[in-house]
Amino acid sequence: MDLNFALHLSTPELILGIGAIVILVFGAFRGDKGMTSVSALSGLCLLAAAFAAATSDYGVAYNGSFVIDRVGLFVKVTIYVAALFIIVLGQGYFDRLNSRRFEFPILILLATLGMSMMVSAGDLIALYIGLELQSLAMYVLAAFRRDDAKSSEAGLKYFVLGALASGLLLYGASLVYGFAGSMNFHDIAAATVKNPNTGLIFGLVFLISGLAFKVSAAPFHMWTPDVYEGAPTPVVAFAAGAPKFAAMVLLARVLQTGFGHQAFQWQQVILLLSVLSFVIGGLGGLMQKDFKRLLAYSSIANMGYALLAIAAGGTGVSALLMFFVMYMVDTLGLFSGQMALKRNGEPITQIDQLAGLAKLNMPLTIAITMLALSVLGMPPFAGFWSKFFVFGAAIHAGLWGFAAAGLVASVIAAFYYLRILKLMWFDAAPAGIDASPAEAKWITYLAAAFAFPGIIVFLWLAYPLAQAAAIGFGG
Amino acid sequence: MLPAIPNILSVVTFLPLFGALVILVMRAMARKDDSDVIAGNAKWVALWTTLLTLLVSVVLVLQFDHAKPGYQFEERFEWFGPISYHMGVDGISILFVLLTAFLMPLCIAASWDSIKTRITEYMIAFLLLETLVIGVFTSLDLFLFYIFFEGGLVPMFLIIGIWGGKNRTYAAYKFFLYTLLGSVLMLAAMLYMVNVAGTADIPTLSKFAFAREVQPWLWFAFFASFAVKMPMWPVHTWLPDAHVEAPTAGSVMLAGILLKLGGYGFIRFNLPMFPYASHMFAPLVMGLSVVAVVYTSLVAFRQTDIKKLIAYSSVAHMGFVTMGIFAGNALGIQGAVYQMISHGVISGALFLCVGVVYDRWHTREIAFYGGLTKLLPHYAFVFLLFTMANVGLPGTSGFIGEITTMTGAYQWGTWVAFVAASGVIFSAVYALNLYKRVMFGVVTNDELKKYPDLSVREIAIFAPLIAGTLLLGIYPAFVFDFTTASIDAVVAGYRAAFGG
Repeated sequence: MDLNFALHLSTPELILGIGAIVILVFGAFRGDKGMTSVSALSGLCLLAAAFAAATSDYGVAYNGSFVIDRVGLFVKVTIYVAALFIIVLGQGYFDRLNSRRFEFPILILLATLGMSMMVSAGDLIALYIGLELQSLAMYVLAAFRRDDAKSSEAGLKYFVLGALASGLLLYGASLVYGFAGSMNFHDIAAATVKNPNTGLIFGLVFLISGLAFKVSAAPFHMWTPDVYEGAPTPVVAFAAGAPKFAAMVLLARVLQTGFGHQAFQWQQVILLLSVLSFVIGGLGGLMQKDFKRLLAYSSIANMGYALLAIAAGGTGVSALLMFFVMYMVDTLGLFSGQMALKRNGEPITQIDQLAGLAKLNMPLTIAITMLALSVLGMPPFAGFWSKFFVFGAAIHAGLWGFAAAGLVASVIAAFYYLRILKLMWFDAAPAGIDASPAEAKWITYLAAAFAFPGIIVFLWLAYPLAQAAAIGFGG
Repeated sequence: MLPAIPNILSVVTFLPLFGALVILVMRAMARKDDSDVIAGNAKWVALWTTLLTLLVSVVLVLQFDHAKPGYQFEERFEWFGPISYHMGVDGISILFVLLTAFLMPLCIAASWDSIKTRITEYMIAFLLLETLVIGVFTSLDLFLFYIFFEGGLVPMFLIIGIWGGKNRTYAAYKFFLYTLLGSVLMLAAMLYMVNVAGTADIPTLSKFAFAREVQPWLWFAFFASFAVKMPMWPVHTWLPDAHVEAPTAGSVMLAGILLKLGGYGFIRFNLPMFPYASHMFAPLVMGLSVVAVVYTSLVAFRQTDIKKLIAYSSVAHMGFVTMGIFAGNALGIQGAVYQMISHGVISGALFLCVGVVYDRWHTREIAFYGGLTKLLPHYAFVFLLFTMANVGLPGTSGFIGEITTMTGAYQWGTWVAFVAASGVIFSAVYALNLYKRVMFGVVTNDELKKYPDLSVREIAIFAPLIAGTLLLGIYPAFVFDFTTASIDAVVAGYRAAFGG
C-alpha cells in the first residue's frame, strides 16, 4: 500500500483539511467582514470534497487505520451536503444578528473533517482522533454566540459532559487495546475469537457508552435538550444530524468489524439503549414548551430507532443509512422552518408561538406540516420510510417485539408532533408575523419537497446504493 | 362501447389530487384581496373535480367484467426493493370506489353554504381525502395500501380540527391517535409478511400460506387496525366524539366511507391471508359483533344528541358487517359488502339530514326540536325514508344487508343470528323514537318557525341518495352481480385453507 494510493483514497479529507487551513489564513487577513467570501469558499470546498467522495475508489490506507468502503462514502457525501446547507443557514443567521464571524464556516469544515475521519476509522486511534476533532469544533460552535448567556451555557455543558464521555471512551479503548493487544478492528476481532475475556467486553461497554453520549442515546441524553435550546439554531441543525450519523456508523463499524463475533454480548446493550431512547424521547417530548427542546427529545427517540437498526446487524446497516438521510433532511427542514419564523422581530422559540400560523403564512405552514408529519412517521412522507427500513431490519433480525415496542412508542411521540399541527391549523392567530429570511424559508421548502414527493425518486435511486453498501460491511 | 381510458385506476385515484393542486396554484397566484373570488372558484373546481371523478368511476364500473373473479385494470411499476406501484380492482373494491366517488360531490355540495371560513383549505382537504380513500381500494401493494390507509388520517384530522364544533381538538386527537395505534401494529405485521414472503404484492400474499403459529399474531395485528377503523365494540369510543365534532360533510365521509375501510380490510387481508387464524378467532369476532349490535343499539337509545345517536347506530350496523364477514360463507360476505355499501348511502344521508337542521338552528339537541313535520314537510319525508332504511324496512337497501348477513351468520351459528335479529328490533326502537321526538308532536319552540323547508340545493343532494337506497333495496342484484365471483374466490380460498 504505497503513499500515493493512501493519499488518493483520502482525497476528500485532504481537500477539507488543507482547505480549512488555507481559508482560515484568508479569513484572518480579511477579518469578520469577509465572512461571506469565507462561507462561499468553504461551500466550494465541501462541494469538491463531496465530488471526490462520490467518485472515490475503495480500499484501506495508512496501515489499516483508514477504511474507504461504500458505507463510508455514502455517509461522507451525505454529511458534506448537510454541512453545505448549514453554512448557508449560518451565513444568513449571523448576518441578521449582526455578528458575522469568519470562523463559523471554518469550524463547520473542521467538524466535517472530524466526522469524515470517524466514518473511515479502522482502528481505535483513528476513531478517537476523528471523534475529538469533530467534538472540539462542535463545542466551540455551540458557544458561538458568546454574548448570549444561554449559548455559553450550552457550550460549557456540551464541553464538560462531552469531555467526560470522551474519557469513558478512551478508557474503554485502552482496556480493549490492553486485552486485545492491537488497535486495529480486525485484530481485535481475531482476539475476541482466540482469547475472549471479560476485559474486552468491559472495554466494549465503555466504548459504547462514550459513543452513546455522542449520539444522545438515553440514558446519556441529558445534555441534549439544554444544548439544543441554547446553541445557535444553525449549529443545532448541524449537531442534530451529521455528527450523530457519523457516530452511529462508527458505532456500527466498531461493533460489526471489531466485535462481530461477540454480537450476542453487545446486542443486548444496544437494545437496552434503543428502548430507553425511544421511550424517554417519546415521553419526554410530551411536556416540552420550547421548540428546540421538543426537537431534542424527538432526536433522542429517533436515535433509539437508529440503534435498533444497529442491533439488527446484517441488513441493519443499509436501514441505518436510509434512516439517517431521511431523518437529517427532516430535522434540517424543521430547524430552518423555526429560523424562518419571526414575530415582531423576535425569533419564535416557544411552540405556542406557532399558533394560527396557517392564517398568516400558508406556504411555510404546509411545509412545516409536511415535515412534522414526516418525523411522526406518517406515510407517504420520508419519515415513514425511515421507520419502514429500521423496523423492517429489526423484524428481519427476529427482533419483532422491539419493533412493535418502537412502533407503539412512535404513537406516543405522535402526540407532540400533532400539537404542532394543532397550533398551526386549529388555533387563532394572536399577532402578525414578519417576513421570512429567504434562505431559511427555501431550505424548509426544499426539505418538505424532499419529504414528499422527492422521496419517491430518492428511494428508487438510493435504495440499491444502500443495499450494495451494506454488503460486506464489517467483514 | 365506451372509450378505454389508459391507466384508468390511476386516473380515478389521482384526479381529485390534481383538483386540489389546481386550487392550491390558483390560491398561490391570486392577490390578497381576491379571497372571496378564490373561495367561490375553489368550490366550483372541487365540485367539478368530484363530478369528473364520478364520471370516470362510472366508466370504470361499466367496463368491468362481472364474470372474472380476479383483479382487473391492473397497473404495475416496480418501485424499490419488494415494493411496487400495483393497482387493480376486483368486484368488491370497485363498488367502494364507486361509493366514494358518489358521496364526494354530495359532500362538497352539502358544504356549499355551511362552511364559511377557510373554504379553499376545506375543499383541498376533501379532495385530498378522496384521493387517499380511493387509493385504499385500488392499491394492490401492501405498502401502497398502507400509505393511502394511513394518509387518510391527516385530512380527516384537519377537517375535524379546523371546521369542527366546540370540542374539536379533543375529538381530532382521539381520532388520530386511536387509529394510529391500531395501524402501527398492522405495519409491524406487514413488515413481517414482506420479510417472510419476499413480496408486498397483495394477490401473491393472498395465496401465500403463512405458518399456523404466526397467523394468530398477524391476524391480530391487522384486526387491531381494522377493528378500530370499523369500529367494533369496545374500541368504538372515538367514533361518537369524532362524529359529533366533525362538520356535516366530514361525518358523511367518516360514516359513509372511512368506516368501510375496516370491513374491506377484513375481506382483503384477514380472511384470505390468515384463514386459519380467522377461523380460530371467528367466535371472538362474532361475540364482539353481537355485543356491538345489541349494546350500542341500547346506548343509541339513550342519546340526547342526534349525531351521537346516529354514530352509535353506525357502530351497531357495522356489527352486522363483521358478523357477516367472519361467518366465512358466501352469503355472509355478500351481505357484509352489501351492508357496507347500503350503510354508506344511508348513514351519509342521515348525517346530511342532521346537517340540514344544524345549518338552520345550530344545535343537535333532540329536546330542542319537535313537530317539524308541520313546518318542514319535505324534510320530514326525506328523514322518514332514511330512518326507515336505517331500521331495515323491506324495499330499502338496509333490509337486504341485514337479512343477508343474518342468513350467513345463521349458517355459522344459530344463536348469533338470533341475538343479532333482536338488534334489528332495538334499532327500530331508537330510530323511531328519534323520529317521533324530532318530527312529531307539537312545535316545541318558536325558533323552529324561523327557517324554510329544504332548498333546491338540498333536494338535489338528497335525490340521488333516495334513488340509491330504493334502487339497491329493490334490485340488489346490482351489487351481487359484481361481488359474486370475487367473493366466491375468497370463500373458496378460506375454506380450502383449513379444510372446512
